[in-house]
Amino acid sequence: MPPISLNGKTVMVDAAPDTPLLWVLRDHLQMTGTKFGCGAALCGACTVHVDGVATRSCVTPLSALAGKKVTSIEGLTSPIGTAVQAAWDKHQVPQCGYCQSGQVMTASALLAKNPKPSEAQIAEAMNGNICRCGTYGRINAAVLDAAKTLEGRS
Amino acid sequence: MIDSTVTRRDFIRVSAVVGGGLLIGFRFSDASAQPLEIDADAAVLAPNAWIRIAPDGTVTFTCGRSEMGQDVYTSLSMILAEELGVDPRTVTVLHAPVDPVYVNSALGAQITGGSTSVREGWGPLRKAGATTREMLIAAAATKWSASPADCKAANGMVTHGPHSASYGSLASAAALLTPPANVTLKEPVAFTVIGKPLPRLDGAAKARGRTTYGLDIKLPGMLYAAIVPCPVIGGKVASFDGSAVAKRPGVKAVVNIGEAVAVVASHYWIARGAADSLTINWDEGSSAKVDTTSVFAALDAAKDRPGFVAKTAGNVSTALAAGGKTAEYRCQMLAHATLEPQNCTAKVTPAGVEVWASVQFPQGAQGIAAAVAGVKPEMVKVHSQFIGGGFGRRLENDFVGQAVAIAKAVPGIPVQMIWTRPQDTQQDFYRPPSLHVMKGLVANGRLEALSGKLVSPSVTARAFPPFVVNGNDPFMTEGLANLTYDVPNLEMRTVIEEVGVRVGFWRSVSHALNAFAVESFMDEMAMEAKQSPVAFRLALLEKMPRQRAAIERAVRASGYTATPAAGRAFGLASMECYGTHAAVVCEVSGTADAIKLEKITIAADCGIAVHPDQVVAQLQGGVVTGLIQAVRSKVTFRNGRVEQSNFDSYRLPRGSEVPPIKVELIASGEAPGGIGEVGTPLVAPALANAVFALTGKRIRSTPIEDGGVRFV
Repeated sequence: MPPISLNGKTVMVDAAPDTPLLWVLRDHLQMTGTKFGCGAALCGACTVHVDGVATRSCVTPLSALAGKKVTSIEGLTSPIGTAVQAAWDKHQVPQCGYCQSGQVMTASALLAKNPKPSEAQIAEAMNGNICRCGTYGRINAAVLDAAKTLEGRS
Repeated sequence: MIDSTVTRRDFIRVSAVVGGGLLIGFRFSDASAQPLEIDADAAVLAPNAWIRIAPDGTVTFTCGRSEMGQDVYTSLSMILAEELGVDPRTVTVLHAPVDPVYVNSALGAQITGGSTSVREGWGPLRKAGATTREMLIAAAATKWSASPADCKAANGMVTHGPHSASYGSLASAAALLTPPANVTLKEPVAFTVIGKPLPRLDGAAKARGRTTYGLDIKLPGMLYAAIVPCPVIGGKVASFDGSAVAKRPGVKAVVNIGEAVAVVASHYWIARGAADSLTINWDEGSSAKVDTTSVFAALDAAKDRPGFVAKTAGNVSTALAAGGKTAEYRCQMLAHATLEPQNCTAKVTPAGVEVWASVQFPQGAQGIAAAVAGVKPEMVKVHSQFIGGGFGRRLENDFVGQAVAIAKAVPGIPVQMIWTRPQDTQQDFYRPPSLHVMKGLVANGRLEALSGKLVSPSVTARAFPPFVVNGNDPFMTEGLANLTYDVPNLEMRTVIEEVGVRVGFWRSVSHALNAFAVESFMDEMAMEAKQSPVAFRLALLEKMPRQRAAIERAVRASGYTATPAAGRAFGLASMECYGTHAAVVCEVSGTADAIKLEKITIAADCGIAVHPDQVVAQLQGGVVTGLIQAVRSKVTFRNGRVEQSNFDSYRLPRGSEVPPIKVELIASGEAPGGIGEVGTPLVAPALANAVFALTGKRIRSTPIEDGGVRFV
């Protein structure tokens, strides 16, 4: 397979073209921050950014990544990502925490696209990410807070 | 970390550990801890929790409870740190190994469950911290020729006049001292950690993807396994041909483990693809006959059996001979749906077995691994990991047994077995289906007689059979034996009826089943009495001030009214749950075919809240779990197969479906009550009561949508 662009670096992967990015990250590259939840793009635990767009890595084959830039939670160093994580800290969002990599990635992609989302827009963007512990109220508050923080900086 | 062969001790133990640090352990269930001679074999456990203070000042707490989101890592560290006199943010928390000293005295095994962790650790952890503090003070006092009473310990330092010494610098000397037999614990007014704000010790890592769950274990040379289990739980492999799959590149082994066929490969995706291409013939066994209809028919057929009397007062049969109202309630089965699918990494060598897994019952994991590998339990080392959702699912260790069975086929090589989401849904231990027969009589506007009977299969009879005595499953009586209402003629019974389904403990266990029936029926009785649901309940709680206060607080905070504007309604439910008094109000709007959940309010008196923000978080999350039962989720069987598979058919509440949740903590100086499960059981009855108030439809089954209404 041709190399992929991951977290700003070019990475060679020896995997079949149909291998989902999720398993490339986890098994071939030993990067476990991206989580396996459903394997069918139904829960969002595996969310990464592909060219800045929140993408379910469990249904994204390696072959679809030619020429694209992938960011996983390990590479989320942008000001937006950092602000989202700071808001997660402030609102003490995680419980078991298993879904939170995906939640943070979805929230970061939303704020990159829409710096001032309404509550309804946040709800819509985050609706694909299940939190089995039920931290939804804190997630929504944290996304709003991160947006405010970023607005104050710009 | 401390690592050794361990024997059970019933006393506090101090030993000089390697490097000269101070090690103190405490057996939780032993209130009268006695000192023990220093063990030459340094790293010896006796207690249920550990403090290790290294000469470099590192304070380590080996936590005997599993962290699955319920905040034990931080809450238990806070309890310990309060008396020890350290900043909890400086404490290193470790997962405990399997050891009898970590047995949960409230449950009789090394288990995290039953909302027991803080309740059980509250006394002993404070005492362990205080004992350690006093020894550090004594060491410092000797050094300075001062009176211990004149020394102070705080923030990891002992001070006296101009002198000060860090805990680390005192650790070696303190390790040689005899621990005091009695220590004075802080008065709650002096608390500086307990009850104060503190970020979760595990929170920042979780927001950055840096936490290691069972699924994240990576070991040198590790292989991956994917399985195909029998579609009927309890069925076995009859025949299969794995020869073609075994030749695929990357495939290392195809293994028949009886209940499933496993493919072991260099990478998970290779294993998964190979497993999915297998053709397997199954001996499905007797459970293939199970249908949801047969399940509830079996419960119906058992409802006239007397069962076990969980609570009684007066003479209910005489009182109900005068008439009264009867109603039956039913709850459908549920899967746990932890977001981290079941998985386990195992390595089998001649020297023994190692297991890496997210488990609530590591002792059970050790037992099943030993049984499958054919070795003694002490030859099995369990490495507990952070848990990506427990809810009772990980009290079961079926997946550990499977992983060990697979790993036996590739000795010396670690193998990580990972289930798919549909497998996780379809190979669960389901929340029991239940039938509840309620009877009640109102006289003079007051509940004169109440009888209730829960008919369901018994989780305990399957999982811990010795605990079921004379038909009494002590987990089935939850919500009945601890009924708070003062009813002159009362009888609450439980009937165990097996239905051919593998059942398991599900967050809040029978509280959720029984609360749905009891609290819905209380509203029906209030109607009979022509009283408001609030006044009707409060009149029966004159001897239960904390329960009354929870209702009053929930009513006030929610804006509850029995006479809301048209198209709007409220529903109330209330109970004592794991030592905590709680009340929930659901507010709804709309019409029967489009009900909107506007707001859920929960008020709780859980005694002293050790970590208030996370007590709130547990109540918020518990309410969302309650919505799973209440709204539309269920597991159904057809021909022995679970009909739901992934999150499209077994639906969990999503953010847009969860209304604002308001939490009211009632200040209390009582000892801590349970909190991890309290938010869950009252949502369904409060919502059903609200639906009745809104639509006039009394829905006596969960999920409530099965009763002919729709939520939007």
